[in-house]
Amino acid sequence: MRILIAFVSLFLLALGPAKATETLTIYTYESFIADWGPGPAVKKSFEAECGCTLNWVGIQDGVAILNRLKIEGASARADLVLGLDTNLVAEAKATGLFQEHGADTAAITLPVPWNDDVFIPYDFAHFAVIYNRQAVAEPPASLKALVEGDSGQKIVLQDPRTSTPGLGFLLWMKSVYGDRAADAWARLKPRILTVTPGWSEAYGLFTKGEAEMVLSYTTSPAYHRIAEKSEKYAAAAFSEGHYLQVEVAGMLKASKNQALARRFLEFMTGPGFQDHIPTKNWMFPAGRLSKPLPAEFGRLVKPSKTFLYTPEEVAANRRAWIDEWLDVMSR
Amino acid sequence: MKPAKLDCPVLLAGGVALAGVTAVMAAALGALAVTAATTPGEGAGDRAWWADAYLWRVVRFTLWQAGLSAALSVGLAIPVARAIVRRPDFPGRGILLRLFALPLALPALVVVLGIVEVWGRHGWLAGGLNLLGFSGGPPGIYGLSGILLAHVFFNLPLAARLMVFHLERIPGETWRLANQLGLTPATIFRVIEWPALRACLPGVAGLVLMLCIASFTVVLTLGGGPAATTIEVAIYQALRFDFDPGRAVVLALIQLALTGGLIAAGLRLSLPMMAEPGLARAFARPDRAAPWGRLGDGVAIAAAALYIALPLMALALAALSAPFGRLLGEAVVWRAILTSLAIGGGSAVLCLALAWPMLSAAYRARQAGSRLWSGFAAACDTGGSLILVMPPIVLGAGWFMLLRGLDGGFAVDYTLAPATVVVAVNGLMALPYALRILGPAHANAAAAHDRLCASLGLAGWNRWRLADWPVLRPGFAMAFAFAMALSLCDLGAIALFGSQDLITLPLLILQRMGSYRTMDAAGLAFLLVLLCLALLATAERWAAKTGSRR
Repeated sequence: MRILIAFVSLFLLALGPAKATETLTIYTYESFIADWGPGPAVKKSFEAECGCTLNWVGIQDGVAILNRLKIEGASARADLVLGLDTNLVAEAKATGLFQEHGADTAAITLPVPWNDDVFIPYDFAHFAVIYNRQAVAEPPASLKALVEGDSGQKIVLQDPRTSTPGLGFLLWMKSVYGDRAADAWARLKPRILTVTPGWSEAYGLFTKGEAEMVLSYTTSPAYHRIAEKSEKYAAAAFSEGHYLQVEVAGMLKASKNQALARRFLEFMTGPGFQDHIPTKNWMFPAGRLSKPLPAEFGRLVKPSKTFLYTPEEVAANRRAWIDEWLDVMSR
Repeated sequence: MKPAKLDCPVLLAGGVALAGVTAVMAAALGALAVTAATTPGEGAGDRAWWADAYLWRVVRFTLWQAGLSAALSVGLAIPVARAIVRRPDFPGRGILLRLFALPLALPALVVVLGIVEVWGRHGWLAGGLNLLGFSGGPPGIYGLSGILLAHVFFNLPLAARLMVFHLERIPGETWRLANQLGLTPATIFRVIEWPALRACLPGVAGLVLMLCIASFTVVLTLGGGPAATTIEVAIYQALRFDFDPGRAVVLALIQLALTGGLIAAGLRLSLPMMAEPGLARAFARPDRAAPWGRLGDGVAIAAAALYIALPLMALALAALSAPFGRLLGEAVVWRAILTSLAIGGGSAVLCLALAWPMLSAAYRARQAGSRLWSGFAAACDTGGSLILVMPPIVLGAGWFMLLRGLDGGFAVDYTLAPATVVVAVNGLMALPYALRILGPAHANAAAAHDRLCASLGLAGWNRWRLADWPVLRPGFAMAFAFAMALSLCDLGAIALFGSQDLITLPLLILQRMGSYRTMDAAGLAFLLVLLCLALLATAERWAAKTGSRR
């Protein structure tokens, strides 16, 4: 009995104090609001400006946020959703839950033109092959060089069926190779050490030294340089160009705080939000900063060309392209 | 002896527990099925034929890798368990047994990195081979071999530990008799050890099989590519990226049906639990002195110890340079530890509260003899286990929908209801282990005490307190420790229900890993290992305190 009481009280202790007031509620992914993420700082600066309370609700990741919305429908308690990427945008619009933002988007800076009237981007990065500089003397200079290179040097990829970067690389291959993507995958296959369910497994294997290369973002080396003071990892610049990931936010029709939600979206493209993106979310800001980017970001790979399928193209072809990939890779 | 009178309260309690377990699974599937029926599908139909070919391949691979993994794990565990039981006092025995409980209690991703450190392309083995002049290195582990390597790492210790528990219950009188008859080691294995093993093997093998069928991270990460895809992966994909609840339900049912069939077939092979009442006195075994036996046992124990300890050591070494000072200063780390303990403790209590009535009811039902009742007994045995192959994502999503229905969305006040579900799901997930640990102990106690208690008129609480509890205490302690360690470290339910307000240690590890913070993750994993070890040690001490024997 004493043990039981002890557990019950432990339990209550662990739950911590409940949050009582909320004004603006935003669904986002968990790493955004982790102690080291931009969430806490963004909350502080927005609350100082609006005199309201910002309430983050952390959900696993972008895909999980969208699924949550599909389950909850119009009864979702959020005013805004922050953390979908462009590949999810078409599906998100199809739910009919999102509201046109009607916000001023003049401050948006992206490598591609942006004129979506529902979603507003807040950060971006290109996918890139990150390599271990101690293990790779001559990194591949193009996707072609990666595909056709020495199979003794391995890369870890993510599974497009379960992971966002995995899908990103699949789209990258498709952008460059088009109808010949299946052949390219077949050529690349001997270089692929393994295909992991998510980014963490792949990056974990890579930093353990198990593979010479991994699929990640152009911004990954910035983390190692700034947070770890390490020059061990670098991104390979591919001459064909790089595939882009853009993260976006949008407001929900069911929100009772439309004006405040719109105000947040406009705030999002300014320095109060954007200043925290580079070194807390490790992505490029998609809006105005109050100070220049950290010098390390200037040393990152600048893609000569940007690939990005429209959300509609992705929604229409994703299944067929994944099937094509499965077919080659399972042989 | 005439058939025993039906013991209604016991049967009822067991029935209620079984119904509860079934309801938790059925409700989740039902909620998803309803959602599937009420939301428009997303065009899965146009590639049905292809999906079938894909599905068939996935099913075949799932069973193939799980069957191989289970056969290897259990087959290799037999000599190890035997050696451990035969040598009750080699140095480090207690530590080894505790280490054996660890692999299952750690997040799969953490274990995979440990295994890669030892067996990988640039791992210790490759380094050792290089030093010896073999420049080729070991053959690559990515593929079926990597999956088997990891599954044996997870399951050999589990199987061995369960077998040790069963073998140690062979009454001392048997060994006295074996001594007097001068039985050779081979005969001892045939007439004493094998029957005891045979009684527990189907249960143990079934458990391992289920764990391997439901494997996800290991299969994808070490499998080398999508050729290694399990049904669990297909379910995850269906529910996550495609958000197709209908397909997820069908796939989950396929997985449940396949596994249920295999388990039922296994149970038919199993012998009735041999309950041999003894006076619980220790007698030396006659087969300890033989030099070949000593050598064989030494090799088996050393090999198993190395196999298990090396990857764990790799994890410990990785944690050496972790920033423990900063980690232990973070409030979120302490909250995660407390939440983990609370969820683990709650789950373990729930698990035992379900396991005991189900076992008692199954036992009584078997005594009743009729076909109907033995069917009920079998349902208690299997039903409690199937939860292991119920994909956590299906349980999680289904229950999420149900809970949301109750109060119209708890998205904001997002702690208590999810915490309850996490405790319930984790408690159920630990049930199969508890059943396998407590089952034989229960049968023994019943065989030893039934007639005595009947003649003394001892029943109910008094019988439990005076007769059963003292002998069952070690079993309960081990089952509790296992259940708690498992749910302490579980990632299935919490991954879906966790939020910034409900975070456990394993979830925190994954979060840090997902944001470049590998050193933090290594340090937290080490803390998790320490927590599990402390828990197991406490349980053992508690079990031994009143001397388990009267």
